[in-house]
Amino acid sequence: MSDVPTIEMRGISKSFPAVKALRGVSFTCSKGEVHALCGENGAGKSTLIKILSGVYRPDSGEVLIDGQEQHFKHPQEALLAGISVIYQEFSLLPERTVAQNLFLGREPTKNGLIDNKAMVAETQRVLGLFGVRHRIEPETLVADLDVASQQMVEIAKAISLNAKVIVMDEPTAALNEAECEVLFSLVDQLRASGTAIVYITHRMREVTRLANRVTVIKDGEVTASFDHVPAPDVIVRAMVGRDISEYYPEPATASEIGPVVLSVSGGGNAALRDINLELRSGEIVGFAGLQGAGRTPLAMALFGAAPFTSGTMTLDGKAVHLTSPRDAIRAGIGMLPGDRKAQALFLMQSVRDNGMLTARSFAGIFGGHRANRFTDLNGMNALLDQMKVRAPSYEQEMRFLSGGNQQKAIVARWLALRPKVLIFIEPTRGIDVDAKASIYHLMRDLARAGTAVMMVSSDLPEILGASDRIVVMREGRIAGEFGRSATEAELMLAATGETGVAA
Amino acid sequence: MTDTPLSTPRRFRFERHASTILLVSAVALYIALIIIMGQTRFLTLENLVAILGRSITLGITAIGQTFAILVASIDLSVASLISASAVVTSVVMNGDPAMMLPAVLAVLALGAVVGLANGLVITKLEVNPLIATLGMSLIIQGVLSYYYNNFAGNVPVEFQVFAYGTVGIVPFSLMFMFVLAGCAWFVLRFSRFGSDVYSVGGNKDAARLAGIKTDRVVIGAHVICSLCAAIAGIYLASRLRSGAPWIGAEGVYDLESIAVVVIGGTVLAGGRGGIWGTIAGVIIFSLIDSIFNVAGVDAFVKQVLRGIIIVAAVAFYAARSKRPVA
Amino acid sequence: MSAQSLPQPTAATRRLPRINPVYVLVVALILAIIVMNPAFGEPTGYMNFLKRVTALAILSAGALYVIVSGGFDLSVGSIMTLTVIGSSMLASNDPNSTYWIIPLMLGIGAVIGLINGLVVSYLKVPSLIATLGMMITLNGVAFMWSGGAPRGYLPDTFRFFGRYNITDIPVISLLPIAVICLVVFGVILWWGMHRTNFGRMLHAVGDNQQAARLAGVPVERVRISAFVVSALTAVLAGVILGGRAGVSVDIGSGFELQAITAAVIGGAQLLGGRGSVPATIAGALALEAIFTLLNLLGLAQPVRLVVQGLILIGAVAFATYQRKRAGR
Repeated sequence: MSDVPTIEMRGISKSFPAVKALRGVSFTCSKGEVHALCGENGAGKSTLIKILSGVYRPDSGEVLIDGQEQHFKHPQEALLAGISVIYQEFSLLPERTVAQNLFLGREPTKNGLIDNKAMVAETQRVLGLFGVRHRIEPETLVADLDVASQQMVEIAKAISLNAKVIVMDEPTAALNEAECEVLFSLVDQLRASGTAIVYITHRMREVTRLANRVTVIKDGEVTASFDHVPAPDVIVRAMVGRDISEYYPEPATASEIGPVVLSVSGGGNAALRDINLELRSGEIVGFAGLQGAGRTPLAMALFGAAPFTSGTMTLDGKAVHLTSPRDAIRAGIGMLPGDRKAQALFLMQSVRDNGMLTARSFAGIFGGHRANRFTDLNGMNALLDQMKVRAPSYEQEMRFLSGGNQQKAIVARWLALRPKVLIFIEPTRGIDVDAKASIYHLMRDLARAGTAVMMVSSDLPEILGASDRIVVMREGRIAGEFGRSATEAELMLAATGETGVAA
Repeated sequence: MTDTPLSTPRRFRFERHASTILLVSAVALYIALIIIMGQTRFLTLENLVAILGRSITLGITAIGQTFAILVASIDLSVASLISASAVVTSVVMNGDPAMMLPAVLAVLALGAVVGLANGLVITKLEVNPLIATLGMSLIIQGVLSYYYNNFAGNVPVEFQVFAYGTVGIVPFSLMFMFVLAGCAWFVLRFSRFGSDVYSVGGNKDAARLAGIKTDRVVIGAHVICSLCAAIAGIYLASRLRSGAPWIGAEGVYDLESIAVVVIGGTVLAGGRGGIWGTIAGVIIFSLIDSIFNVAGVDAFVKQVLRGIIIVAAVAFYAARSKRPVA
Repeated sequence: MSAQSLPQPTAATRRLPRINPVYVLVVALILAIIVMNPAFGEPTGYMNFLKRVTALAILSAGALYVIVSGGFDLSVGSIMTLTVIGSSMLASNDPNSTYWIIPLMLGIGAVIGLINGLVVSYLKVPSLIATLGMMITLNGVAFMWSGGAPRGYLPDTFRFFGRYNITDIPVISLLPIAVICLVVFGVILWWGMHRTNFGRMLHAVGDNQQAARLAGVPVERVRISAFVVSALTAVLAGVILGGRAGVSVDIGSGFELQAITAAVIGGAQLLGGRGSVPATIAGALALEAIFTLLNLLGLAQPVRLVVQGLILIGAVAFATYQRKRAGR
């Protein structure tokens, strides 16, 4: 390791209109080391990386590359300075080949024409570096690759740029065990060749396996920084921080858990197999698993958006066959989607219109827009008050609200219909820490009032803290069921399907 | 929401071969009809050339439209621009062979300016391309109708060679269309610009992050599109021997060029497709026309059927996509 | 609009009425016309102006339903043509035929709207292409029906709605039936858009179609209904226009773009989610007032097209600019 770190970030602060995302964060990473950046979802890891890569500009603080202060105005400038980021959401073009993606925007030319031969050869070389040459052809369309291979292409793209610094944002989220091993050995190789690697994760196993140093961020601040790899529980404590009991509400008592409301037996479709499941009133069931394990497809199947094609489903003991969200809502099932902006919010409509929409969809179409048999303006105002939605007025357009308040307004949408089952997908994604706690309490209140709550989450601490029962999914099946006393390690074991790996 | 099955098996992708399938079925239908009607005199090379020759305006326009659609834009101003180009061609030439080159240059300049204006309005003012080019269409049509309301000027005999000259049985114009298509294919396949066209159409944000100047690519695609429409106007003037302000709208070249591009397998959302598909689409359209002629369909009925066929053809592709449409 | 552009309106600014700039524009244009031509201030002047604008105003308010739901309807002009041609062919100058012709035409309009809606919702054809195809088809049908040259005439009972004036009324002295139609249908369309659950669902579908589906909105039915409303208003507009202007084979051409322009001037969001019926009617008034001004300035008819094109682009660019300034 040299004296001058490759990247150094000093006292970085950044605020967004509704959230203070980072407060005085400092972070360094040097040649030939893997620096793990840990923290819960929403802790501020991604914001820090986006500042490093020039997507955002910090409110205060400085970024130094090889000791030189830099002010990136555009991601391209960070790229030229040797910083390459592999984001969680892919930036690949599905309809172009692997080679074309690798050289996007910097295609080699010969006599003014694109040198396809050179592109393919270089792609093969880079893919060969980490032993996936046999499984990814340079001239395959990216759309034809599976998710793991796409991830490999993303990494290959970063390598082919000869970056000084490679940032990996939860790179294993979509990978299975064997693929993870390939990735890990690749990281080892990169480290040995002198690349500085920032590795973002909340999985302790990966930290133990890979990291030279560890920094933990919580609520936008560095809570711990180690020049060695400490025991996993030390890191976890720094990540979760406050006492769990005040963050999550009390679990359900045995008497609060009521009869089975919804049950599925032998359910399956293109993404799901052999689903046997029971949801009880008064109970919150957490669904854990890796990306692609089938949790969201299961929620969509229960909600009728991507129905089961086999098996049976009963609601309150009666067989139901739901083929559209309208069927499901009529039967008493509600869902809060994970990607709120794309799937739940009407940004140009008022907060109240957002709240009333589902009730209106099931009232007469000419029925006065002021009132219907589910709710009226006063009823909705009361619900929004009860949710403590903070808005200057409920006439305000939705786009002006913070993420947490938007989420609460959508919960109000469902409360107006008093559903028997309410499905939350990633309920606290992109929501600041204080609002998180109120969402958990809201879920608990709903359960106490007799609703069966299903919660799909990628955040293991959240699963463990908020659920009464935990279902782990893997490859479209239910891989295991746990009580709330399970550990992260047990859940990870079930989710990855491996045996005997310590967390 | 990125939950997807871990491994997607490689499958036959219907939409990548659809234009071939359609072309083959159109040819088969045509031959079957001829045989059933006992009109085998239509089964000659001359007739094949004649069928293709009828679609040259559409073909040239559609080559340009392919660029616009590949960058996830669209151009509805081509029909007006074709009219304007035809009128400018015949008015500037006005029967004088010496004015042929100036006329062609003037029309190409007109096309470049229109394309540049479309591209700038779309990228810099961020106006929806549909509206930007519809507005441009109105402006061109208005200016043109202000000055002309009938056939104006005439094209010298020397220039009519462009439309009527032949090598053997093959018209110059048909060869020209294929050469133009070849050039377009070359640009899309081998040039940096062509690669950028696909990247910008496929994912504008990813392209921008990779350092591609996306605005320039969109503007470039629109300039090419308008240049092609201008050339189509020149050809039409040569064929009709004069230009009139309604000939573009009469040929419905805006909608037909889009339909042909879509039938050729280029997706309206951009980023996928190519020139040869478009040419296949053009041939399919001319075959359908010929089928109508052989079957003796009335002109108005033909118009009705064309409208239906265009929508059906787009539906043939669109119904498979899961994305919501505007 | 200016109050909307503030990211976090304070209590004080919220109480300020947000005046849509289109109303200011209409008033300014009308004042300009009166200055140039004082006769416009007389009842015959402005009533004839309103009579002239009625068809476009009703048409635009109907087309707004499709725009708010996130689509375009370019077939409305050809529906107007078909209505006028069809009615004249069927009527053959029989005054009693009006009573069944208008309902029949509304029926045909409903079927056309239904087809548009089905093609867009279920076959997933972009509405612009689907309705352009419908436009070509209907123009062909109108030609076929009339054999290329219209022969029939519209009976006076049919022309009643577009042509007749109630005279000898105090203060305003005359009141065209068309203006009564404008008020009646304007109120109905306003009510449907802004005071019913249907109207809210239209907004939601145009704002975020996927979210609307997951919130339980019957997306297909809502979109189809929007196309039906649009087609029905096109028939009504055709009846009024035919009454005022008589029969010709291209009577409705160009109206589809004028309707979109009127909606855009009225602040409607293209591709859905926002739009107001009164503002759209005001947009139609503004467009017609601009055309009137161009006439008064002695500019030829084709200049209208140029101005309309510039307005269309300008209004959308202005809206984009405003949205960007508002941030987020």
